[in-house]
Amino acid sequence: MNKLTKALEDCQTNQEKAFIPYIMAGDGGLDRLKSQLLFLEKSGATAVELGIPFSDPVADGPVIQQAGIRSLKNGTTLKDVLKKVMEIKNDVNIPIILMGYSNSIMAYGLKEFTEDCLQAGISGCIIPDLPIEEEAIFSSIKTAGILLIRLVTLTSSQERITEITAGAEGFIYAVTVKGITGTRDVFGGELGGYLKKVKDLSPVPVLAGFGISTPDHVRDAIQSCDGVIVGSKIIECFETGKENQISELIQASKGLVRK
Amino acid sequence: MSTYTQPDKTGHFGAYGGRFVPETLMAAITELEEVYDQSKKDPEFQEQLSYYLKQYIGRETPLYFAENLTKLAGGADIYLKREDLNHTGAHKINNTIGQALLTQKMGKKKVIAETGAGQHGVATATVCALLKLECIIFMGEEDIRRQKLNVFRMELLGAKVISVSQGSGTLKDAVNEALRYWVANVDDTHYIMGSVLGPHPFPVIVRDFQSVIGKETKRQYTEAVHSLPDAVVACIGGGSNAMGMFYPFIEDETVKLYGVEAAGHGLDTHLHASSLTKGKPGVLHGAFMYVLQNEDGQIQEAHSISAGLDYPGVGPEHSYLKDTNRVEYTSVTDDEALEALVMLSREEGIIPALESSHAISYGLKLAKEMGKGTGLVICLSGRGDKDVETVQSLIGGSEHE
Ligand SMILES: Cc1ncc(COP(=O)(O)O)c(C=O)c1O
Repeated sequence: MNKLTKALEDCQTNQEKAFIPYIMAGDGGLDRLKSQLLFLEKSGATAVELGIPFSDPVADGPVIQQAGIRSLKNGTTLKDVLKKVMEIKNDVNIPIILMGYSNSIMAYGLKEFTEDCLQAGISGCIIPDLPIEEEAIFSSIKTAGILLIRLVTLTSSQERITEITAGAEGFIYAVTVKGITGTRDVFGGELGGYLKKVKDLSPVPVLAGFGISTPDHVRDAIQSCDGVIVGSKIIECFETGKENQISELIQASKGLVRK
Repeated sequence: MSTYTQPDKTGHFGAYGGRFVPETLMAAITELEEVYDQSKKDPEFQEQLSYYLKQYIGRETPLYFAENLTKLAGGADIYLKREDLNHTGAHKINNTIGQALLTQKMGKKKVIAETGAGQHGVATATVCALLKLECIIFMGEEDIRRQKLNVFRMELLGAKVISVSQGSGTLKDAVNEALRYWVANVDDTHYIMGSVLGPHPFPVIVRDFQSVIGKETKRQYTEAVHSLPDAVVACIGGGSNAMGMFYPFIEDETVKLYGVEAAGHGLDTHLHASSLTKGKPGVLHGAFMYVLQNEDGQIQEAHSISAGLDYPGVGPEHSYLKDTNRVEYTSVTDDEALEALVMLSREEGIIPALESSHAISYGLKLAKEMGKGTGLVICLSGRGDKDVETVQSLIGGSEHE
């Protein structure tokens, strides 16, 4: 069984919420990857979203943009990232989801990308500039058993949410802001209703992400869904050596049992 | 050739185009597609558009027989489509007026746009002043430094200019930032894309609004010469003036079409903007198209003496027309373009934009190879006033007592 599917099922069985942190591959050097993954695994994260640096990340806010630029300055390529993951895969257990833009995968070559992901034990892919209308060209990723995670947003109509969730794999990534990634102070009041609506329609777990940056955000969001994804805040914490705050965020997700 | 029907319903030109955008934008571009389709059948909208094209922009523009240039070339008769005579000095406004009217039709009050040299920014700010729309222009900090006068022009017209320092601080980064702003403000904001780029339906909308160039040219040429031209030449940045010029001729197989990219310092250097010649297919700014990129898929900086051609991609329809060989794509260096600018100024008393000078340069070469009695149209996409300072710094003015 796919490692990510298994991890999400375990959450469900144990009546736990999922927590998926995002880190940028190659930020601080690829040699740091193993220790970051092990730290997150040990702290209780359900899976890790591993960002692939791209020169033109239109869905990302300043924090992730800067992390990407730092990574690119280190010379990180997608080839290097997959090679590194292959190298450490016997030491790391936590499921890994790649988050990368369409062009990175196309430039790699779809066939090679799929093969290398399988070898590296990658569980899934999130492609933020790939709406369902364009998914067909990446179908070989799905065929190989790598989960293609779909996103829904606050602007997706009921009709679209139905269509997107109908063919969903792994989990649904419910984007919680009208906007790009980045930390936020407050969320719009429509959030709870929106998450519940997505959850009602989705056959797979629904995880909320974009802007979630405090333990309170985490506690709020998990009332209406199956877990959270935290990006910019995790990057900031690793960047400034505040790993303890990462643990606090993860703990916040454990505080509530499924209703 | 069978009837040309690109793109398909999903916005693909063969393999190219599509909608590679964050899910948040899907609702907005679907709405845009619907409103645009309605507007095509809406006589009131079409009447409004024609009114502004004629009374505000000054269309139609002349198709001018360049007699001196023709003599100099000694081959084909050369005609210039005078897009430089439009209000604001380039073809860009053909598109911005159309999209601003669409913005009104959608009930949106705010417009954003990207700009490199400032031409599209000025054309957007202009129509926003006219139609009372709030206007925000995203411009790379590097370009703001290089194009101070156009920044002031936009501000004079009431637009807010936002300096983009992200990435390399140039046009592609301005597009990224405009897209990010759009994702966050999509409810009340329309993004006026400046060329035949971006997710479907933008490449179609921009092509259609610009195809007034080719439609007029075809009619004017036929009236004057009683046949179709043998060849048509246009410069290519993102590809909007070329697409507007070519589109009405695509099914006329006898008309050869030539798109001219910027070769910058030369195609064997890294300093050029020849995406179709030196790039490979990839996704940038929402569409699958030819893009300048490295092996890892990182987008590379383009270079051209003309800021309007300085973009590392070329729209999806051109990518398709390249692969199907309907259009021949070629390139002209900075030096050749500069030389053509001076030449046209001296020969015809017309100072062309540096962008258009690329088309002039190639057109002159081509006319020499074509026999007498043949006809060639060059799209003179804009006037050169904006470039006078650049040109002066490169070739120097003579000293005066
Ligand atoms: C005068 C002129 N010509 C051509 C271009 C290139 O754009 P496109 O290829 O979309 O026509 C520009 C862009 O700013 C321009 O100002």
